[in-house]
Order: sequence, then structure tokens, then C-alpha cells
Amino acid sequence: MTYIRPQFQHPLLPKNSLGYNRKDYEGSLSTLCAGCGHDSISAAVVEACFELEIEPHKVAKLSGIGCSSKTPAYFLSNSHGFNSVHGRMPSVATGANLANRDLVYLGVSGDGDTASIGMGQFAHVVRRNLNMTYIVMNNGCYGLTKGQDSATADYGSISKAGQANMFEGIDLCGLAIELGATFVAQSFSGDKSQLIPLIKAALSHSGFALINVISPCVTFNNNPGSTKSYDYVREHNEALSSLDFVPVREEIVTEYNHTQVRFVEMHDGSMLKLNKLSPEWDPEDKLSIVIALNKAREKDEILTGLLYLDTKSIELNDLLNTTATPLNQLTEKELCPGSDVLEGINEGLR
Amino acid sequence: MKPTDYRDPEYYHKVVDCQYACPAHTPVPQYIRLIAAGKYTEAYMVNWESNVFPGILGRTCDRPCEPACRRGRVEEEPVAICRLKRVASDFKDDVSHLMPDIPLTKNGKKIALIGGGPASLSVARDLAPLGYELHVYDDQTKGGGMMRTQIPSFRLPIHVLNQEVEQILNLGIITHFNQYITSLKSIVNEDYDAVFVGTGAPKGKDLILPGREEGSANIFIGIEWLASVAFEHTEKIGKRVIVLGGGNTAMDCCRTSRRLGGDEVKVIVRSPFAEMKASPWEKEDAMHEDIPIIDNHVPKSYVTENGRLTGMLFEKVEAIYENGKRRLVPTGEPDVFFPADDVIIAIGQENKFEWVERDLGIEFDQWDMPVVNETTFASTRPGLFFGGDAALGPKNIITAVAQGHNAAISIDLYCQGEDINQRPAPDTKLFSTKMGIHEWSYDNDITTEFRFPVPQADKKETLSDRKKEVELGFDLKTAFREAQRCLNCDVQTVFSESKCIECDACMDICPTNCITFTYNEDEEGLRMKLLVPAVNETQDILVSDILKTGKIMVKDEDLCLHCGLCAERCPTAAWDMQEFLYNTAKAGHHCYV
Repeated sequence: MTYIRPQFQHPLLPKNSLGYNRKDYEGSLSTLCAGCGHDSISAAVVEACFELEIEPHKVAKLSGIGCSSKTPAYFLSNSHGFNSVHGRMPSVATGANLANRDLVYLGVSGDGDTASIGMGQFAHVVRRNLNMTYIVMNNGCYGLTKGQDSATADYGSISKAGQANMFEGIDLCGLAIELGATFVAQSFSGDKSQLIPLIKAALSHSGFALINVISPCVTFNNNPGSTKSYDYVREHNEALSSLDFVPVREEIVTEYNHTQVRFVEMHDGSMLKLNKLSPEWDPEDKLSIVIALNKAREKDEILTGLLYLDTKSIELNDLLNTTATPLNQLTEKELCPGSDVLEGINEGLR
Repeated sequence: MKPTDYRDPEYYHKVVDCQYACPAHTPVPQYIRLIAAGKYTEAYMVNWESNVFPGILGRTCDRPCEPACRRGRVEEEPVAICRLKRVASDFKDDVSHLMPDIPLTKNGKKIALIGGGPASLSVARDLAPLGYELHVYDDQTKGGGMMRTQIPSFRLPIHVLNQEVEQILNLGIITHFNQYITSLKSIVNEDYDAVFVGTGAPKGKDLILPGREEGSANIFIGIEWLASVAFEHTEKIGKRVIVLGGGNTAMDCCRTSRRLGGDEVKVIVRSPFAEMKASPWEKEDAMHEDIPIIDNHVPKSYVTENGRLTGMLFEKVEAIYENGKRRLVPTGEPDVFFPADDVIIAIGQENKFEWVERDLGIEFDQWDMPVVNETTFASTRPGLFFGGDAALGPKNIITAVAQGHNAAISIDLYCQGEDINQRPAPDTKLFSTKMGIHEWSYDNDITTEFRFPVPQADKKETLSDRKKEVELGFDLKTAFREAQRCLNCDVQTVFSESKCIECDACMDICPTNCITFTYNEDEEGLRMKLLVPAVNETQDILVSDILKTGKIMVKDEDLCLHCGLCAERCPTAAWDMQEFLYNTAKAGHHCYV
């Protein structure tokens, strides 16, 4: 944790087409431990929003409780924010999203907030395909209460106190795929070159997008034997592909090798370019990724990158046919269309 | 690109822009911190060790440090380094007890110093504590040289000058004032073990044009005229004065004229305003005293009537730039006449070596200047050294001091029978400033305040009294706030590869985006792929050795605020903020502070 932040910035800091630079997407000074993976994820969110040229006031950031859930204070200080109840961020996000489809919804949660107290809520927000990005800052421990094993701690992972975890860890990505998630990715806080395009893709996805980010807890879970330490994750990281996010306005002109490179078109017309594709895996084939995840588990590998993407995803608002106009913009005229309209409806029901 | 060699002190030295730019390499951030801490005497002594005349320089220095200051790149204006130096001098306690002890038993070596200006006095200061017997010769009644004759009292009060000159002369220096040396041979034939020539550039350039002879009663050479004012031989000047020239001497001449009865004083200069040699602040001060600066006017003739000067005729020109060269081309407009009672010529000054015999074994170059080694300041005659304006042409006080230090080292080595080309290394220290978690021994919370102007005395008052100092200097409150603008560039960001776990925390927090973790390539490519490209090539990039993931850490030094956030955010203390002290070597490795 630091106490000061100089107000100066680099005079040559690039600006996006909105005239904002990265600093305009930052939040207040982080109070997390020095070297916390969560701060890297915050920085990746800042960079992704800057590069996507999102207007900050068009973003709603939501969180529950925990170290991870503090981070929305540390990015996008010009966006809407809601720090909700422990494990209940999905409910708040659902309500907000149904009331106003115009915002980009970014939920931030931790392994405790998602896989323990919030498991019920998590399961339902996935199966409803709510249009949001859900980032889990997963460090495998309860950092705010001195590092007890969390529900995502791997079996046998050694805690700072030297104890091996006796229980199976919950694989959030596998679970989300089972529950019908339409965008599932896994990444590592120490690899921004992978994480930033993933966040950009998730924010562009129409439907529920989960990014499970392994984010080492430097204070309580960065010891030898831990499967969520910087060293362990770096050694066991197996990227399925490397990803480039190609915004809508850019045309793809270069020649490429079709067996190695694959383009996937997103809902909004932007493209994902997947490089160095593994032949046994297809990002749009659910079965292939379930097999890949299970194989990886056997080999103690951590699969990262975009795992699964359903391009035919229909998000909750479309499914429910909710109004395209945000509720706060509906006037009496639309809400009370008069007795003639009521008559017509009643007539239709006879 | 190869990893940066941290052990080379010149790397960190270059990061301290102000100190690096200073000819004498005064440790600027160190004394600014002392001023902020209210330790004015200590700040004065840090200066005194390095630049010998803190009070004088705090008022008159050409300030090469300020255009170099990193603050000027981070925001608009550099730290007011020069005027903070004056604060140290203004608010110091008595320093007489801090002056070096002079050995009662001398070392048996006798040195002649010809000229009593800043170069000779610096040599004397450095050699006196080592036991040398030092003889200073000067034709004036007091020491100080050009600092006394050419700098007007409204910029440099006599008492400040006297204090700092006497401070050195009191170190047991034997003075031979009022004695003009007409022959160098007469000196080298005496029993001196070494001779130092620090006679400056005492000859003002004349401008011979039609009418020069007839008008000579009212035409003066700038530095001669200033000297005559300083010694109170001249007390008046005509109402209408033209000052020719665009350097700092011209500024001193016009402002002095305003104080001696000149109501309509003009500076008329050949070159465009922006290219004048005078420091911007000196031009400002002149204009503040209602002196117009008329540029692009080339003098054509002195106009006289009945043997008396009535004014001057000028040709209007414009500057044309071709292949990086400037030419002044007449505009074709009719010549302009400016009436004047007096004209002061301040178009430059030259060395004068008529008194140096040519059969002494001293080689002279094509411009009839003695050949002087730029490191040792030795002439081609063993035991004869030059320094200050006399060595490499007219520059400024701080350069003369720096050259004096180097000449003193040479004289000491020469007298001890050692090789003068074996130069002693600078004294450097690098130590951690860490005091606790997020606690450093320097104040890393720098202010965003803009540069504070130095208050000036009332114009009416200063124009009516030649000796009244114009600048009042900072008061202590303002001095503190100005000192807090210093970025502490001497507190270095020291990186150790072995501790880094590549969590990116430093890269994320750096307020000016100086740090990037990336894959190595050549310098050109590396500079361009940083978070913000490092386009300022005068500034180095700090490159680490290869890290665990195969990446390297690259830091652009250009806009680093030295705020220490990289170190505060580092979980493994791979970054540390370490204070870097760099003191140039002095004769006999003597330390004063």
C-alpha cells in the first residue's frame, strides 16, 4: 500500500479517439499489498477500457466483498460503481442490467465471493446468460482473513502455514461451461499480454463472459508448494492460443495459415484472432474444451487463454424481450399509454 | 541491448541532470534537501566545497543547471536552483569555524597565481589546506577580478562579494595587489614551483565605424566602463544612451546607465531577440527597467556634429537561415538614426597576452591563444597552468571555478612529482534511503506548485541607488515551497534482477509510465516499444539483465519523478531508492564538508 500519488503524468501519453489517456481510466490509489496480483488485473482493466475506447460513464462496475471486490475503487473512477453484499454481486448486476441495457457491466469477484458464499448466485447468473463480464480474481485463499484455503485451492496445495489442502478445488471454468456460459476464459495476472485482449473480448461479448484470473496473493499464498504462486503458475501455464483482439473498424488484410490461425467474429462485428491454435481444441466446441480441461488437470497444467466461446449467444435482455430504452428514460407517455391501448390488450386476451 | 552497468558512477551521475550540467558538478538535490530541512549552513558548505562562491553564484550564475532540470520536462519551469543557492547563503550562520585548517608547517612549495578572479581564488582555496604557499597577483586593490569590476552592485552587493573573497584570502593567501604583471618571464624566473594564470578576458572589443574618432569622448567600452563605475571613477552618463550588444554585459551596461542618469536607454543588437546571448532573465530585468531592446539593427556609423556624438545610424536586417547557418540580410528599408548622448559598446571581450613572452616554451595556437589541455589545464611549459577565461576563452564564473579545481589537482600532482594525466576519480556513495515501510529518508511527496518568482525591490528605489540590490531573494517560507519542487533526482531507482518476481506492480503504479517489462532488442527498437516511447535520446534507458520469464526490465530515465512508488509497490524490494552522492575530486582528495 502506498500513500501518495504524484499528479504529474507523461506529456507524451497516447490518447484514444475520445481524447482520453490511460490516466483517465485509473481509479484511486490501491490499498492492497505491494505486488498483489489484483493490482495487475486492475491495470489490465484500465488498459483494456482505454484501448476499447469505452466512455468511462458508460461502464458499471460491480463487486461483492473481499480483496478482489475492493479493486473497482482502483480503476475507472469516472464510471458507475456498486460495492454490494458478499456473494450477491450477480443479483445487483442482474437488476441493473435489466433496468439499463446501455451500460457495459463489469463484475469483479474473488474466489471466496464466487465459489463459497456466492456460489448459488454465480450458478444462476451464468445459466441466465446475463450480458456482463465477470472477472474472478482467484488467489486460492482468503487474503482478507489471513490466508485460509478457499474453495478454489487445489487439492494438495500447501498453505503458508505448511498445511496441504485436503479438499478438491472448484474449477470455475469447467463449472461455468457446464452451466451454459457463453464465454469462458482463464488467465494469469502476471501475463498482461494475454489478459488485456481477453478482457477486451469479454467486454465485447454479448452474454455472460467469465474470466477466471489466477492472481497470486503475495502475502499469504506465494510460498513454495502453493499452486497459486507466481512461480508455480508461470511454470505450469499452458496457453491454448494467443489472442489478438481486432476492433470493428480494422480490416483484416494479412495472409495467414488457416490451421494455425483462426478468426472468430464477435457479436458487435469485432474479431478475435487466435494464434498458434492447438489442433485438438476448437474454441466453439464445448466437448473439446471439457476434454482439454480434464487432461490438463491430470498433467498439473493450468490452461489459459480463451477456452470456450458461443458466438450464437442470446443474452438475457434479448431472451426476455425487455425494453431497449433504459427505464430511467421512459416517460409517462410510454409507461401509461392510455385506456385505448389497455382496451386493445384486453381485447386480445378474450 | 546490453544491461546497464550500474557500477559505473557516470550512469547515475547523468541521471542527476542539474548536477551533470553544472561545470563544477555541484550536488544540487543534496543542498536543496538541506534547505528544505532548514539546514542553511550545511547547504552553504555543500555548495562551498563544490563551487567556492555560493553567495556570488546564487545571484550571478549563468545557471546551466536550470535548463537541464527534469522538473522543466515534467511541468513547465525548472526548480529555481540558482536562487535557492542564494537562500543557503543568505540564511547561513557564521561559517568561519567551518573553514579548513591551514597547516602551520607548509609543504615547501610556492605557487604564483596571476589574476585575483574566480579561477585563481578557486585554485588558492583548494591548495591552501594542503600546505602550499600561495601568492596572488592582481592589478586591482582587492581580489575578485571580473566579479568585482564587471558585475554591478545592484546584482551583487559588495558585502557578499567581499565576504566570499576574503573567506579565501583568509586561508593564509599572500596577496600582491595593485601590481600589474607586465612580464610572465619575471614571474617564472622567481622561485615558484608552479605558476597559474587566471587573468580572464580583460579586453573589451571595440567597434570601429565612421565617426568613432570624433565621437570618442562619448563612446565607451562596456567592461572598462563597468569597472570605472565599480571603482567610482564614473558617476554619470548622458540622458540618452545606446548600448550595443546582446550579451549579459550589455544588460549590465544598460541597467547601470539607468542608474547613472540615463533616462532613455536602449539596447540595440544585430541579431534577432531570441538569439541574443544574454540569459532570458537578464533580458527580462532590463526590459522591466524600461529599456527597449531593438533587434535586427546593424550599426553603420557614429554620427557626430562639431566633434561631438549626436547618435548612431543603423541598417535594418533580417535573419536568413541556410544550411543551419544564419546570415543577416539587409531589408532594403532606409537606415535608422537613433539620437544618443553616449554609446556603450558591449559586443564581447577578448584575452590579452601581450605580457606573456613568446620564448618561454609556451605554444600558441592560430588565434594567438596559449595551447591549454582541457583536462589538466597545463600549458606546453611544465609547471605553468591556465584557468578561467584565460584558458579556453570567455565563459562564466562557474566554469572558471571548475577549471580552477582541475588546475589545482594538476598543480598538486605536478609539485608532488606525479603524473598530471592520472586524474583522481570522483568520490561517490550510493546508499539506501529506506527507513521503514513506505518511509524514506527523503520527502518523496513532491508538490505540484509552479515556480515561484523572486521578489524584487521597488523599481523607483533601485533605479535611484546603484548599489541597491534589485532581487530581494526568497523568504524562508517561499524557499521551502520552491525547494519542495525538487524531484530528488539523486535518489536513484536501483533495480536488482535476482529479487524481481515480475508481478508488474512497478510498471502499473509508475505515475509517468517509465517502466516496461518486455523482450530485449537493440536500443532503437527497445526505446520505441516502451509503454510510452523513449524519444528523448539525451536521456539514458536503464536496462536490466534477463529475468526469469526471459523478459527484461527497461526504465526510461527521462521523466522519472523519483517518487519511489516502484519501490513502495515492490513486494520483494527488487527496487530500492538509493541516494547517490557524487563529488568531483579535489586537489589532495580534500573533503570540506
